[in-house]
Amino acid sequence: MPVSGLEVLLEGRNLVRLLEGLGTTVGIALASLAVALVCGVPLGLAMTRRGALVQVLTRGYVETMRIVPQLVLLFVVYFDLAREGIVSLSGTATSVLVLGLWGAAEMGDLVRGAVTSIPEHQVDSARALGLAPGQVQRLVVLPQTVRRLAPLTVNLTTRLVKTTSLVVLIGVVEVLKVAQQIIDANRFEHPEAAFWVYGLVLGLYFVVCYPVSVLARRLETRWESR
Amino acid sequence: MSPDVLLEHAPLFARAAVVTVRIAALGILGALTVGLVCAAVEHFRVPVGRQAVRAYVELARNTPLVVQLFFLYFALPKVGVVWSGEACAIIGLTFLGGGYMAEALRSGLDAVDASQVDGALSLGMSRGAALRHVVLPQGVAVAVPALTANVIFLVKETSVVSVVALPDLMYVAKDIIGSSYDTREALTLLVVAYLVILLPVALGARALEGRWRRAGLGS
Repeated sequence: MPVSGLEVLLEGRNLVRLLEGLGTTVGIALASLAVALVCGVPLGLAMTRRGALVQVLTRGYVETMRIVPQLVLLFVVYFDLAREGIVSLSGTATSVLVLGLWGAAEMGDLVRGAVTSIPEHQVDSARALGLAPGQVQRLVVLPQTVRRLAPLTVNLTTRLVKTTSLVVLIGVVEVLKVAQQIIDANRFEHPEAAFWVYGLVLGLYFVVCYPVSVLARRLETRWESR
Repeated sequence: MSPDVLLEHAPLFARAAVVTVRIAALGILGALTVGLVCAAVEHFRVPVGRQAVRAYVELARNTPLVVQLFFLYFALPKVGVVWSGEACAIIGLTFLGGGYMAEALRSGLDAVDASQVDGALSLGMSRGAALRHVVLPQGVAVAVPALTANVIFLVKETSVVSVVALPDLMYVAKDIIGSSYDTREALTLLVVAYLVILLPVALGARALEGRWRRAGLGS
């Protein structure tokens, strides 16, 4: 093991800078999640409507966003829209916009799935018992939808964090970029630093994503058994 | 956007698409192989192996492919493990996809009721025969939707292999944008190339799922 490279991590502010880079990554992921929730929930509810036009528009949007690789979406918005002067966005703003709109498509599909998975006879039964339509939604449909949705949404969060790793490719200075800078700065004195620095970045992503994955699994098993 | 420029760059994208498809195909094949072995180890509760598989699956699923590729390509050579860019991309995709495929196949195998194995054994089947003729066909059938979703996911994930200097679709697009400023044409060709690759995969996946459902398996 090239221990000589390890000390690079402890030199100066290197470790702090890496953590700041990780903060940028998580920040972009959380901002995208907010966009995804705000846009995805109404989108998913619209997808449960029967209208042909609504179906074509919402399905078209969701399928398009899901089939094109996220990196391609980032490139299109970052290089094309900015170049044509339609909107000139920073790398960070582009990331939040694109990952948010992609997340909205994923979220929309999750919401649609959760709502349609509730058997229709439950609504009928609730009505037969004398509940008002509003009560049916509030007391029967909503609680079950939320339960089904919670683990899936938590899961989407880890996917957003992992997908945020792509933003380094449109020039956002996040954890991987900081890692590159640290390695470049120590290229001659500590050529082995790459092993430790990239190893640490891998570890940092795991430390962020693993607990969230465990939470998603817990929620799933806990609410499944009821 | 000029059609001449599109035509001028199209051959480059065609060549790059071959690279993307080759990496994706080999990576998916590797991922299925690794996934099947890992799923079997977990399903049959092989001691020690089971814990190792669990750790691998969690690591593969909770870290992004870009970072995995950086580690394989830039970090491992420092400890004497040197791989070509293409080998890194295929190994990276196999590593990532293996974790996802393992989860899909394991839950498929676990979905087959234990009483079915008992039934097969009581009919005189050997353990191997019971696995091959009873558990695997039904387990794989249950796993089909998750497996096809993983295949599409992995094809899309290949879009990051340009970070290990592979001349794939993203690489060519970036190259053209940087050298000739034909941004719109390059991005158009990029999107078209991915759709040409991904739409048949998505449609094939849907057809496959329908077939397995009609066969009455995995329902």
